[in-house]
Amino acid sequence: MEEEVMTEKRPIISAGGGPRLEGAARKTLPMPVRYAINAVVVLVLLVLGELMIDGGVVNRYQSTVLEQVGIYIILAVSLNIATGYLGQLPLGHAGFMSMGAYGCSIFIIRMSEALGVGARDFVTGTPLALALVLGGLVVGGICASIAGIIIGIPALRLKGDYLAIITLAFAEIIRVVMLNIDDVVGFDLTGGAAGLTGIPGYSSFLLVFGCVAVVCFLTHTMMKSRHGRAILAIRDNEIAAEATGVNTTYYKTLAFVVSAFFAGVAGGLYAGCVGVLQPAVFGFMKSIEILVMVVLGGMGSMLGSALSATVLTILPEALRAFSEYRMIAYAIVLILVMIFRPQGLLGSYDFSLSRIIERVMNRDFPWARRAEKGDEAAKEVGADA
Amino acid sequence: MALLSVKDLHVSYGAIKAVRGISFDINEGEIVTLIGANGAGKSTTLNTVAGLIKPESGSIELEGQSIVGLHAHKVVQRGLALCPEGRRVFTQMSVAENLEMGGYTRSDAENKETLEKVYAHFPRLKERRGQVAGTLSGGEQQMLAMGRALMSKPRLLMLDEPSMGLAPILVQEIFDIVKQLNAAGTTILLVEQNANMALSVADRAYVLEIGTIKKTGTGAELLVDDDVRKAYLGG
Repeated sequence: MEEEVMTEKRPIISAGGGPRLEGAARKTLPMPVRYAINAVVVLVLLVLGELMIDGGVVNRYQSTVLEQVGIYIILAVSLNIATGYLGQLPLGHAGFMSMGAYGCSIFIIRMSEALGVGARDFVTGTPLALALVLGGLVVGGICASIAGIIIGIPALRLKGDYLAIITLAFAEIIRVVMLNIDDVVGFDLTGGAAGLTGIPGYSSFLLVFGCVAVVCFLTHTMMKSRHGRAILAIRDNEIAAEATGVNTTYYKTLAFVVSAFFAGVAGGLYAGCVGVLQPAVFGFMKSIEILVMVVLGGMGSMLGSALSATVLTILPEALRAFSEYRMIAYAIVLILVMIFRPQGLLGSYDFSLSRIIERVMNRDFPWARRAEKGDEAAKEVGADA
Repeated sequence: MALLSVKDLHVSYGAIKAVRGISFDINEGEIVTLIGANGAGKSTTLNTVAGLIKPESGSIELEGQSIVGLHAHKVVQRGLALCPEGRRVFTQMSVAENLEMGGYTRSDAENKETLEKVYAHFPRLKERRGQVAGTLSGGEQQMLAMGRALMSKPRLLMLDEPSMGLAPILVQEIFDIVKQLNAAGTTILLVEQNANMALSVADRAYVLEIGTIKKTGTGAELLVDDDVRKAYLGG
């Protein structure tokens, strides 16, 4: 790829720990190049992962765990939109996940029956099956967003603990509805307590992590846009946001619904990975698990959410023998993090590959900066003496 | 015609009547102040005009057009900017980002221009533009809140207690800026507990008491008015 370097005056506004070269010309990457670099890296990682699975370096069990990791990353990243960026505390993420899971799998089961797509087709990946899966994921997302709108509009009038309780209750309602709707309505939909079976195993490493990439990309672009700024303003100070002209009701609902949509997609992937859906899985503890991932990683940090989702999914698998103690471990880890690092492991830091490349281009290294500071300090000491 | 005209405004918080039939006008280019004790209904009036609270009854007209019942974000678009009480800056954003948020209803090109004007009024904000707003001093946060309100290019700037919690020297500085902004053509509606300061900069003033207007006159008149002196200026 051709090295395309643009030299421009550093913009006044820079996110996070902005670079220090005040006023001086600083080399930056133009946006298309940034996107291209990131896209290439993501593609390479996806292909590498797929090759490892095909080549047998990663066994079937491990690749299933990897899929779970990806699903939890989507869940954590999506919950982070509502908690980290919007600053609310919804406790019903499992509810949105289950809406997506049931919506997606029921759609896929019914449609594949109607179109005559067999379970084998989902594994080999015929175009029709693939289209069904993608359609199913979107349907799952839409089901979850509808639930998000229904709960969001009344719930977002409330704040903090009230919102937490109302979303918690709503997720329980969803769970109970999934459990009993067949009996009440009188036809097969969710399979009730026995569970929904016969879901084709359509989730694969590529599909899951492709979705992870898309979700992260969409979240990132949304948060960097004018809409994202409005959402962050609401988190910082709702009255001030309203007074500067932000339609707070709209943006709160938007953030909440986007969060629900991605949770629904994750639910759809979960259904395809596990193959059986039972309402009991989407209980209160599931919501808490996801929230723990976000809080642990650092509210407002996408990388933090992804990292802690990875660790907290792999850890119980690695400690399979002690999985009964998992919740105790959660509790202890949470207590320790809240005491020693209340902002989460990564705080609101987010990783940016382009930023690092720009640093290298400008020879702006952390150690160089430290040395500079040291020099200044030394000079000051010298002046004093 | 008055720029802003409020007639017989009634506002309640549940069963509590906070504003009971207030009427006032503001003409283009004026500084008008509402003064009064705690609980007189000053901030409630301002927040109602800004659309943050819905009034029970009464009319609010901006250049003859009713803005009653409009949401706050629509009111901003009509050209009314509120600089809320207690500063309320976006603590986790930088100074520049705060100002950028202030121009949320305007285009980027407009904001670039307005930003320079705001920096001209508040040179300290320019120095601190990269700093996170939560780490500014109280006076600087007040300046930022005012600058942010100005970014929407308001026809009428409403300031709610700009002197609250500031050292006397900073209060003087803030009021100097208020005068400066007015001289540059901004119409200002000022709500203050610091009656002395408010009256000395205001063209006209309204004295509020338990939700009604007790007295009105020019700033200079009220400054020497016996009742006002006794009640608000300490004898």
